[in-house]
Amino acid sequence: MRWFHWINFPILIVMTWSGLLIYWANDVYRLGWGNTTLLKFFPQSFYDAFHIGFKLAQGMAFHFVFMWLFFINGFSYVLYTFISGEWRELVPNRHSFKEAWFVVLHDLHLRKTAPPQQKYNAAQRIAYSAIVLMGFGSIVTGLAIYKPVQFWWLCEIMGGYAFARILHFALTIGYSLFFLVHIIQVILAGWNNFRSVVTGFEVVHEENENTSA
Amino acid sequence: MKKFVKNIFSRNSNLSVEELIRKKTFISFFFFFLAIAAGIGVWKWIWRQPLDQNMSGAIQLPLRSILNANEKIFDKTLSPNHLAKSYPVADAAKNVRVNGNIGLGKNFDPSSWRLKVIKNDGDTLFFTLDDLKKLPKTEIIFNFKCIEGWNQITWWGGVKFSDFVKYYHLENETNLKYVGMTTPDNEYYVGIDMPSAIHPQTLLCYEMNRQPLPMNQGFPLRLIIPVKYGIKSIKRIGTIFFSNQRPADYWFERGYDYFAGL
Repeated sequence: MRWFHWINFPILIVMTWSGLLIYWANDVYRLGWGNTTLLKFFPQSFYDAFHIGFKLAQGMAFHFVFMWLFFINGFSYVLYTFISGEWRELVPNRHSFKEAWFVVLHDLHLRKTAPPQQKYNAAQRIAYSAIVLMGFGSIVTGLAIYKPVQFWWLCEIMGGYAFARILHFALTIGYSLFFLVHIIQVILAGWNNFRSVVTGFEVVHEENENTSA
Repeated sequence: MKKFVKNIFSRNSNLSVEELIRKKTFISFFFFFLAIAAGIGVWKWIWRQPLDQNMSGAIQLPLRSILNANEKIFDKTLSPNHLAKSYPVADAAKNVRVNGNIGLGKNFDPSSWRLKVIKNDGDTLFFTLDDLKKLPKTEIIFNFKCIEGWNQITWWGGVKFSDFVKYYHLENETNLKYVGMTTPDNEYYVGIDMPSAIHPQTLLCYEMNRQPLPMNQGFPLRLIIPVKYGIKSIKRIGTIFFSNQRPADYWFERGYDYFAGL
Protein backbone atom coordinates (compact mmCIF):
# COMPACT_ATOMS: atom_id res chain seq x y z
CA MET A 1 0.00 0.00 0.00
CA ARG A 2 2.74 2.44 1.04
CA TRP A 3 4.75 1.78 -2.11
CA PHE A 4 1.89 2.45 -4.46
CA HIS A 5 1.00 5.55 -2.51
CA TRP A 6 4.45 7.09 -2.70
CA ILE A 7 5.03 6.10 -6.30
CA ASN A 8 1.69 7.57 -7.24
CA PHE A 9 2.44 10.92 -5.64
CA PRO A 10 5.15 12.15 -8.05
CA ILE A 11 3.37 10.55 -11.03
CA LEU A 12 0.22 12.45 -10.22
CA ILE A 13 2.19 15.67 -9.92
CA VAL A 14 3.76 15.12 -13.34
CA MET A 15 0.41 14.18 -14.88
CA THR A 16 -1.24 17.26 -13.41
CA TRP A 17 1.57 19.55 -14.49
CA SER A 18 1.76 18.18 -18.03
CA GLY A 19 -2.03 18.10 -18.22
CA LEU A 20 -2.08 21.78 -17.38
CA LEU A 21 0.47 22.48 -20.10
CA ILE A 22 -1.99 20.85 -22.50
CA TYR A 23 -4.97 22.68 -21.10
CA TRP A 24 -3.25 26.06 -21.18
CA ALA A 25 -2.96 25.76 -24.97
CA ASN A 26 -6.68 26.47 -25.09
CA ASP A 27 -7.96 27.54 -21.70
CA VAL A 28 -11.70 27.73 -22.06
CA TYR A 29 -13.07 26.14 -18.93
CA ARG A 30 -14.89 28.21 -16.39
CA LEU A 31 -17.38 27.82 -13.57
CA GLY A 32 -20.64 29.64 -14.15
CA TRP A 33 -23.73 29.78 -16.28
CA GLY A 34 -24.76 31.80 -19.32
CA ASN A 35 -22.57 34.86 -19.43
CA THR A 36 -21.97 34.73 -15.70
CA THR A 37 -18.57 33.46 -14.75
CA LEU A 38 -17.83 32.67 -11.14
CA LEU A 39 -14.36 31.34 -11.67
CA LYS A 40 -12.29 31.17 -14.82
CA PHE A 41 -9.59 28.54 -15.22
CA PHE A 42 -7.30 30.32 -14.95
CA PRO A 43 -7.59 34.02 -14.16
CA GLN A 44 -5.38 36.26 -16.27
CA SER A 45 -3.53 37.33 -13.13
CA PHE A 46 -2.43 33.73 -12.66
CA TYR A 47 -0.74 33.66 -16.06
CA ASP A 48 0.83 37.06 -15.47
CA ALA A 49 2.15 35.95 -12.11
CA PHE A 50 3.74 32.70 -13.29
CA HIS A 51 4.79 33.64 -16.83
CA ILE A 52 3.07 30.65 -18.35
CA GLY A 53 4.47 30.01 -21.81
CA PHE A 54 3.16 27.91 -24.64
CA LYS A 55 4.44 24.41 -23.99
CA LEU A 56 1.79 22.14 -25.48
CA ALA A 57 4.20 19.75 -27.19
CA GLN A 58 6.20 19.25 -24.04
CA GLY A 59 3.04 18.73 -22.01
CA MET A 60 1.71 16.10 -24.40
CA ALA A 61 5.03 14.28 -24.50
CA PHE A 62 5.25 13.99 -20.72
CA HIS A 63 1.55 13.23 -20.36
CA PHE A 64 1.65 10.34 -22.83
CA VAL A 65 4.79 8.88 -21.27
CA PHE A 66 3.80 9.13 -17.62
CA MET A 67 0.28 7.90 -18.36
CA TRP A 68 1.80 4.41 -18.53
CA LEU A 69 3.32 4.72 -15.07
CA PHE A 70 0.05 6.06 -13.69
CA PHE A 71 -1.83 3.17 -15.24
CA ILE A 72 0.64 0.46 -14.19
CA ASN A 73 0.89 1.76 -10.65
CA GLY A 74 -2.87 2.14 -10.28
CA PHE A 75 -3.55 -1.26 -11.78
CA SER A 76 -0.95 -2.92 -9.54
CA TYR A 77 -2.42 -1.23 -6.50
CA VAL A 78 -5.93 -2.46 -7.20
CA LEU A 79 -4.61 -5.93 -7.95
CA TYR A 80 -2.58 -5.99 -4.74
CA THR A 81 -5.49 -4.73 -2.68
CA PHE A 82 -7.68 -7.53 -3.93
CA ILE A 83 -5.14 -10.32 -3.64
CA SER A 84 -4.05 -9.28 -0.14
CA GLY A 85 -7.62 -8.89 1.00
CA GLU A 86 -6.90 -5.33 2.13
CA TRP A 87 -9.89 -4.15 0.15
CA ARG A 88 -12.02 -5.28 3.08
CA GLU A 89 -10.51 -2.50 5.17
CA LEU A 90 -11.00 -0.01 2.37
CA VAL A 91 -14.32 -0.47 0.62
CA PRO A 92 -17.18 1.28 2.41
CA ASN A 93 -19.77 -0.96 4.04
CA ARG A 94 -23.42 -0.26 4.64
CA HIS A 95 -22.74 1.78 7.79
CA SER A 96 -20.03 3.87 6.23
CA PHE A 97 -22.09 6.67 4.79
CA LYS A 98 -23.86 7.37 8.07
CA GLU A 99 -20.68 7.00 10.09
CA ALA A 100 -18.71 9.16 7.69
CA TRP A 101 -21.00 12.04 8.55
CA PHE A 102 -20.24 11.55 12.25
CA VAL A 103 -16.53 11.45 11.45
CA VAL A 104 -16.81 14.76 9.64
CA LEU A 105 -18.73 16.28 12.55
CA HIS A 106 -16.14 14.91 14.95
CA ASP A 107 -13.26 16.32 12.92
CA LEU A 108 -14.97 19.68 12.89
CA HIS A 109 -15.31 19.46 16.67
CA LEU A 110 -19.08 19.49 16.41
CA ARG A 111 -19.40 16.03 17.89
CA LYS A 112 -17.58 14.66 20.89
CA THR A 113 -17.14 11.04 19.93
CA ALA A 114 -15.99 9.43 16.74
CA PRO A 115 -17.66 6.22 15.61
CA PRO A 116 -15.69 3.01 16.21
CA GLN A 117 -13.36 2.13 13.37
CA GLN A 118 -10.95 -0.48 12.15
CA LYS A 119 -7.88 0.50 10.16
CA TYR A 120 -9.72 3.26 8.35
CA ASN A 121 -12.69 5.22 9.54
CA ALA A 122 -15.84 5.51 7.47
CA ALA A 123 -14.86 8.82 5.90
CA GLN A 124 -11.48 7.45 4.95
CA ARG A 125 -13.08 4.37 3.44
CA ILE A 126 -15.26 6.51 1.23
CA ALA A 127 -12.50 8.96 0.32
CA TYR A 128 -9.86 6.32 -0.44
CA SER A 129 -12.25 4.19 -2.44
CA ALA A 130 -13.49 7.23 -4.32
CA ILE A 131 -9.98 8.28 -5.25
CA VAL A 132 -9.37 4.84 -6.78
CA LEU A 133 -12.57 5.18 -8.79
CA MET A 134 -11.49 8.66 -9.83
CA GLY A 135 -8.18 7.24 -11.00
CA PHE A 136 -10.09 4.72 -13.07
CA GLY A 137 -12.24 7.58 -14.38
CA SER A 138 -9.17 9.55 -15.38
CA ILE A 139 -7.80 6.61 -17.31
CA VAL A 140 -11.09 5.93 -19.09
CA THR A 141 -11.84 9.56 -19.97
CA GLY A 142 -8.18 10.04 -20.85
CA LEU A 143 -8.26 7.14 -23.26
CA ALA A 144 -11.49 8.45 -24.75
CA ILE A 145 -10.00 11.85 -25.54
CA TYR A 146 -6.58 10.47 -26.46
CA LYS A 147 -7.98 8.22 -29.22
CA PRO A 148 -11.57 9.35 -29.81
CA VAL A 149 -11.77 7.66 -33.20
CA GLN A 150 -10.24 4.33 -32.21
CA PHE A 151 -12.19 4.21 -28.96
CA TRP A 152 -15.24 5.97 -30.35
CA TRP A 153 -17.56 3.77 -28.24
CA LEU A 154 -15.73 4.82 -25.11
CA CYS A 155 -15.96 8.44 -26.19
CA GLU A 156 -19.71 8.05 -26.70
CA ILE A 157 -20.17 6.48 -23.27
CA MET A 158 -18.31 9.44 -21.77
CA GLY A 159 -20.78 11.83 -23.37
CA GLY A 160 -18.72 12.76 -26.41
CA TYR A 161 -15.29 14.22 -26.93
CA ALA A 162 -15.90 17.66 -25.44
CA PHE A 163 -17.69 16.33 -22.37
CA ALA A 164 -15.14 13.60 -21.73
CA ARG A 165 -12.50 16.32 -21.75
CA ILE A 166 -14.41 18.30 -19.14
CA LEU A 167 -14.76 15.16 -16.99
CA HIS A 168 -11.05 14.53 -17.29
CA PHE A 169 -10.37 18.09 -16.18
CA ALA A 170 -12.91 17.98 -13.36
CA LEU A 171 -11.32 14.81 -11.97
CA THR A 172 -8.02 16.64 -11.73
CA ILE A 173 -9.68 19.38 -9.72
CA GLY A 174 -11.03 16.57 -7.57
CA TYR A 175 -7.49 15.29 -6.94
CA SER A 176 -6.35 18.76 -6.00
CA LEU A 177 -9.13 19.11 -3.45
CA PHE A 178 -8.47 15.62 -2.14
CA PHE A 179 -4.81 16.49 -1.82
CA LEU A 180 -5.60 19.61 0.19
CA VAL A 181 -7.84 17.81 2.66
CA HIS A 182 -5.46 14.86 2.76
CA ILE A 183 -2.49 17.05 3.70
CA ILE A 184 -4.46 18.84 6.40
CA GLN A 185 -5.59 15.52 7.84
CA VAL A 186 -2.06 14.13 7.77
CA ILE A 187 -0.75 17.16 9.64
CA LEU A 188 -3.54 16.84 12.20
CA ALA A 189 -2.99 13.10 12.56
CA GLY A 190 0.60 13.74 13.52
CA TRP A 191 4.00 12.19 13.27
CA ASN A 192 3.16 8.63 14.30
CA ASN A 193 0.59 8.37 11.57
CA PHE A 194 2.89 9.84 8.95
CA ARG A 195 5.71 7.56 9.99
CA SER A 196 3.46 4.56 9.62
CA VAL A 197 2.89 5.37 5.96
CA VAL A 198 6.64 5.43 5.42
CA THR A 199 7.71 2.57 7.68
CA GLY A 200 4.69 0.33 7.66
CA PHE A 201 4.26 0.10 11.40
CA GLU A 202 2.43 2.19 13.90
CA VAL A 203 3.28 2.74 17.53
CA VAL A 204 0.37 2.07 19.81
CA HIS A 205 0.50 3.12 23.43
CA GLU A 206 -1.03 0.63 25.80
CA GLU A 207 -1.10 1.57 29.47
CA ASN A 208 2.15 3.50 29.29
CA GLU A 209 3.86 0.68 27.51
CA ASN A 210 5.12 0.92 23.95
CA THR A 211 4.39 -1.86 21.57
CA SER A 212 5.03 -1.92 17.92
CA ALA A 213 2.24 -3.28 15.87
CA MET B 1 24.37 7.46 19.46
CA LYS B 2 27.04 4.83 19.04
CA LYS B 3 24.69 2.23 20.32
CA PHE B 4 21.98 3.44 17.94
CA VAL B 5 24.30 3.06 14.94
CA LYS B 6 25.31 -0.36 16.17
CA ASN B 7 21.70 -1.39 16.51
CA ILE B 8 20.93 -0.35 12.94
CA PHE B 9 23.33 -2.97 11.65
CA SER B 10 22.80 -5.59 14.30
CA ARG B 11 20.86 -8.74 13.77
CA ASN B 12 20.31 -8.94 17.46
CA SER B 13 16.66 -9.48 18.18
CA ASN B 14 17.02 -8.69 21.86
CA LEU B 15 16.57 -4.97 21.26
CA SER B 16 14.13 -3.13 23.45
CA VAL B 17 10.92 -1.97 21.86
CA GLU B 18 12.13 1.62 21.84
CA GLU B 19 15.32 0.61 20.08
CA LEU B 20 13.45 -1.49 17.61
CA ILE B 21 11.13 1.38 16.74
CA ARG B 22 14.04 3.73 16.24
CA LYS B 23 15.90 1.18 14.14
CA LYS B 24 12.97 0.42 11.89
CA THR B 25 12.11 4.08 11.51
CA PHE B 26 15.67 4.96 10.58
CA ILE B 27 15.97 2.23 7.98
CA SER B 28 12.59 3.01 6.45
CA PHE B 29 13.28 6.73 6.19
CA PHE B 30 16.74 6.06 4.84
CA PHE B 31 15.23 4.17 1.91
CA PHE B 32 12.41 6.66 1.67
CA PHE B 33 14.82 9.53 1.10
CA LEU B 34 16.93 7.36 -1.15
CA ALA B 35 13.84 6.72 -3.29
CA ILE B 36 13.05 10.43 -3.39
CA ALA B 37 16.61 11.16 -4.48
CA ALA B 38 16.35 8.46 -7.15
CA GLY B 39 13.08 9.95 -8.39
CA ILE B 40 14.62 13.42 -8.63
CA GLY B 41 17.60 11.84 -10.36
CA VAL B 42 15.45 10.20 -13.02
CA TRP B 43 13.57 13.47 -13.53
CA LYS B 44 16.80 15.42 -14.02
CA TRP B 45 18.15 12.70 -16.26
CA ILE B 46 15.15 13.07 -18.59
CA TRP B 47 15.73 16.80 -18.89
CA ARG B 48 19.43 16.34 -19.60
CA GLN B 49 18.80 13.99 -22.51
CA PRO B 50 19.49 15.31 -26.02
CA LEU B 51 16.59 16.70 -28.00
CA ASP B 52 15.26 14.73 -30.94
CA GLN B 53 15.52 17.72 -33.26
CA ASN B 54 18.03 20.48 -33.08
CA MET B 55 15.51 23.18 -32.42
CA SER B 56 13.71 24.78 -29.57
CA GLY B 57 10.44 23.18 -28.57
CA ALA B 58 11.69 19.73 -29.51
CA ILE B 59 11.46 17.00 -26.89
CA GLN B 60 13.93 14.74 -25.14
CA LEU B 61 14.88 11.51 -26.88
CA PRO B 62 13.57 9.09 -24.22
CA LEU B 63 10.16 10.76 -24.42
CA ARG B 64 10.26 10.57 -28.19
CA SER B 65 11.03 6.86 -28.16
CA ILE B 66 8.05 6.19 -25.90
CA LEU B 67 5.79 8.34 -28.08
CA ASN B 68 6.96 6.28 -31.04
CA ALA B 69 6.17 3.11 -29.09
CA ASN B 70 2.71 4.52 -28.29
CA GLU B 71 2.26 5.04 -32.01
CA LYS B 72 3.04 1.39 -32.70
CA ILE B 73 0.61 0.24 -30.02
CA PHE B 74 -2.28 2.42 -31.15
CA ASP B 75 -1.36 2.11 -34.82
CA LYS B 76 -2.16 -1.60 -34.55
CA THR B 77 -5.71 -0.78 -33.62
CA LEU B 78 -6.18 1.52 -36.61
CA SER B 79 -8.37 -0.08 -39.20
CA PRO B 80 -10.55 1.27 -42.02
CA ASN B 81 -13.51 0.10 -39.95
CA HIS B 82 -12.85 2.75 -37.35
CA LEU B 83 -14.60 5.79 -38.72
CA ALA B 84 -14.82 9.17 -37.12
CA LYS B 85 -18.42 9.82 -36.15
CA SER B 86 -20.35 11.84 -38.70
CA TYR B 87 -23.05 14.39 -37.90
CA PRO B 88 -26.14 15.84 -39.60
CA VAL B 89 -25.78 19.02 -41.66
CA ALA B 90 -27.64 21.03 -39.03
CA ASP B 91 -24.78 20.47 -36.56
CA ALA B 92 -22.12 21.87 -38.88
CA ALA B 93 -20.63 25.20 -37.80
CA LYS B 94 -21.38 28.21 -40.01
CA ASN B 95 -18.35 30.12 -38.76
CA VAL B 96 -15.51 27.71 -39.13
CA ARG B 97 -12.56 28.43 -36.92
CA VAL B 98 -9.35 29.49 -38.62
CA ASN B 99 -6.34 28.45 -36.63
CA GLY B 100 -3.21 28.77 -38.71
CA ASN B 101 -1.84 30.44 -41.79
CA ILE B 102 1.60 28.92 -42.11
CA GLY B 103 2.19 28.19 -45.78
CA LEU B 104 -0.62 30.46 -46.92
CA GLY B 105 1.68 33.23 -48.14
CA LYS B 106 0.29 36.35 -49.77
CA ASN B 107 2.14 35.79 -53.03
CA PHE B 108 -0.09 32.98 -54.13
CA ASP B 109 -1.47 32.96 -57.63
CA PRO B 110 -4.55 30.70 -57.77
CA SER B 111 -4.60 30.67 -61.59
CA SER B 112 -1.20 29.02 -61.83
CA TRP B 113 -1.87 26.47 -59.08
CA ARG B 114 -1.52 22.82 -60.00
CA LEU B 115 -1.44 19.83 -57.68
CA LYS B 116 1.93 18.23 -58.20
CA VAL B 117 2.26 14.50 -57.54
CA ILE B 118 5.72 12.96 -57.63
CA LYS B 119 5.66 9.32 -58.58
CA ASN B 120 8.15 6.70 -57.49
CA ASP B 121 9.80 6.44 -60.86
CA GLY B 122 10.47 10.16 -60.83
CA ASP B 123 7.58 11.09 -63.11
CA THR B 124 5.65 14.14 -62.07
CA LEU B 125 1.91 14.54 -62.57
CA PHE B 126 0.04 17.83 -62.52
CA PHE B 127 -3.65 18.26 -61.78
CA THR B 128 -5.97 21.21 -61.95
CA LEU B 129 -8.84 21.61 -59.56
CA ASP B 130 -11.23 20.63 -62.36
CA ASP B 131 -9.38 17.34 -62.80
CA LEU B 132 -10.09 16.56 -59.17
CA LYS B 133 -13.69 17.70 -59.36
CA LYS B 134 -14.33 15.13 -62.12
CA LEU B 135 -13.68 12.35 -59.61
CA PRO B 136 -16.51 11.16 -57.34
CA LYS B 137 -17.19 13.70 -54.63
CA THR B 138 -17.39 12.66 -50.98
CA GLU B 139 -18.69 14.80 -48.16
CA ILE B 140 -18.08 14.48 -44.49
CA ILE B 141 -19.40 16.28 -41.44
CA PHE B 142 -17.27 15.40 -38.46
CA ASN B 143 -15.90 16.77 -35.24
CA PHE B 144 -12.65 18.47 -36.21
CA LYS B 145 -10.22 18.17 -33.30
CA CYS B 146 -7.37 20.55 -32.80
CA ILE B 147 -4.33 19.39 -30.87
CA GLU B 148 -4.73 22.54 -28.75
CA GLY B 149 -7.91 21.07 -27.34
CA TRP B 150 -10.80 22.73 -29.16
CA ASN B 151 -13.14 20.87 -31.44
CA GLN B 152 -15.76 21.92 -33.94
CA ILE B 153 -18.24 20.06 -36.11
CA THR B 154 -17.46 21.06 -39.68
CA TRP B 155 -18.62 20.12 -43.16
CA TRP B 156 -16.20 19.35 -45.95
CA GLY B 157 -16.34 18.05 -49.50
CA GLY B 158 -13.75 16.69 -51.89
CA VAL B 159 -12.35 13.54 -53.36
CA LYS B 160 -11.26 10.65 -51.20
CA PHE B 161 -7.53 10.28 -51.29
CA SER B 162 -8.10 6.55 -51.81
CA ASP B 163 -10.31 7.25 -54.84
CA PHE B 164 -7.72 9.62 -56.22
CA VAL B 165 -4.85 7.12 -56.03
CA LYS B 166 -7.04 4.36 -57.44
CA TYR B 167 -8.18 6.45 -60.39
CA TYR B 168 -4.66 7.52 -61.31
CA HIS B 169 -3.12 4.10 -60.63
CA LEU B 170 -0.78 5.14 -57.87
CA GLU B 171 -0.76 1.63 -56.35
CA ASN B 172 3.04 1.42 -56.50
CA GLU B 173 3.18 4.61 -54.50
CA THR B 174 0.61 3.59 -51.89
CA ASN B 175 2.63 0.45 -51.20
CA LEU B 176 5.13 2.71 -49.50
CA LYS B 177 4.77 3.55 -45.84
CA TYR B 178 4.24 7.31 -45.92
CA VAL B 179 2.75 10.19 -47.88
CA GLY B 180 4.31 13.62 -47.67
CA MET B 181 2.46 16.83 -48.51
CA THR B 182 3.77 20.38 -48.68
CA THR B 183 2.32 23.81 -49.37
CA PRO B 184 3.31 25.51 -52.65
CA ASP B 185 5.78 27.72 -50.76
CA ASN B 186 7.11 24.72 -48.74
CA GLU B 187 6.48 26.59 -45.51
CA TYR B 188 4.16 23.94 -44.08
CA TYR B 189 4.53 20.22 -44.55
CA VAL B 190 3.10 17.03 -43.11
CA GLY B 191 3.92 13.35 -43.19
CA ILE B 192 1.15 10.78 -42.94
CA ASP B 193 1.31 7.02 -42.54
CA MET B 194 -0.26 5.22 -45.49
CA PRO B 195 -3.08 3.43 -43.63
CA SER B 196 -4.34 6.80 -42.41
CA ALA B 197 -3.92 8.40 -45.83
CA ILE B 198 -6.03 5.78 -47.61
CA HIS B 199 -8.58 5.72 -44.79
CA PRO B 200 -12.05 6.14 -46.36
CA GLN B 201 -12.61 9.48 -44.61
CA THR B 202 -9.40 11.12 -45.75
CA LEU B 203 -10.24 13.78 -48.35
CA LEU B 204 -8.43 15.97 -50.81
CA CYS B 205 -10.86 18.69 -49.93
CA TYR B 206 -12.01 21.62 -52.08
CA GLU B 207 -15.31 22.55 -50.44
CA MET B 208 -16.41 23.78 -47.04
CA ASN B 209 -20.12 24.11 -46.27
CA ARG B 210 -20.74 23.37 -49.97
CA GLN B 211 -18.74 26.46 -50.99
CA PRO B 212 -15.25 26.59 -52.48
CA LEU B 213 -12.62 26.68 -49.75
CA PRO B 214 -11.94 30.20 -48.49
CA MET B 215 -8.37 31.43 -48.86
CA ASN B 216 -7.73 31.10 -45.12
CA GLN B 217 -8.90 27.48 -45.22
CA GLY B 218 -6.33 26.65 -47.87
CA PHE B 219 -7.91 27.43 -51.24
CA PRO B 220 -7.90 25.66 -53.63
CA LEU B 221 -7.15 22.28 -52.07
CA ARG B 222 -6.49 21.08 -48.55
CA LEU B 223 -6.33 17.80 -46.72
CA ILE B 224 -9.07 16.70 -44.34
CA ILE B 225 -8.01 13.74 -42.27
CA PRO B 226 -10.52 13.01 -39.49
CA VAL B 227 -8.44 10.23 -37.91
CA LYS B 228 -5.79 12.74 -36.94
CA TYR B 229 -5.47 16.05 -35.13
CA GLY B 230 -5.97 19.16 -37.22
CA ILE B 231 -2.23 19.77 -37.50
CA LYS B 232 -2.16 17.03 -40.15
CA SER B 233 -4.97 18.55 -42.23
CA ILE B 234 -2.58 20.66 -44.28
CA LYS B 235 -4.01 23.72 -45.98
CA ARG B 236 -3.21 24.47 -49.65
CA ILE B 237 -1.52 21.33 -50.88
CA GLY B 238 1.16 22.03 -53.49
CA THR B 239 3.03 18.76 -53.73
CA ILE B 240 2.31 15.15 -52.81
CA PHE B 241 5.08 12.56 -52.66
CA PHE B 242 5.55 9.05 -51.30
CA SER B 243 8.29 7.49 -49.24
CA ASN B 244 9.27 4.64 -46.97
CA GLN B 245 10.96 7.13 -44.68
CA ARG B 246 9.02 9.56 -42.58
CA PRO B 247 8.56 12.74 -44.62
CA ALA B 248 9.41 15.98 -42.82
CA ASP B 249 6.59 17.19 -40.62
CA TYR B 250 6.31 20.77 -39.42
CA TRP B 251 4.91 20.13 -35.95
CA PHE B 252 6.85 16.92 -35.40
CA GLU B 253 9.98 19.05 -35.68
CA ARG B 254 8.56 21.19 -32.91
CA GLY B 255 8.14 18.35 -30.45
CA TYR B 256 4.72 16.97 -31.32
CA ASP B 257 3.87 13.34 -31.91
CA TYR B 258 4.48 12.28 -35.51
CA PHE B 259 1.45 10.02 -35.71
CA ALA B 260 -0.95 12.50 -34.05
CA GLY B 261 -3.70 9.91 -34.53
CA LEU B 262 -7.08 9.97 -32.88
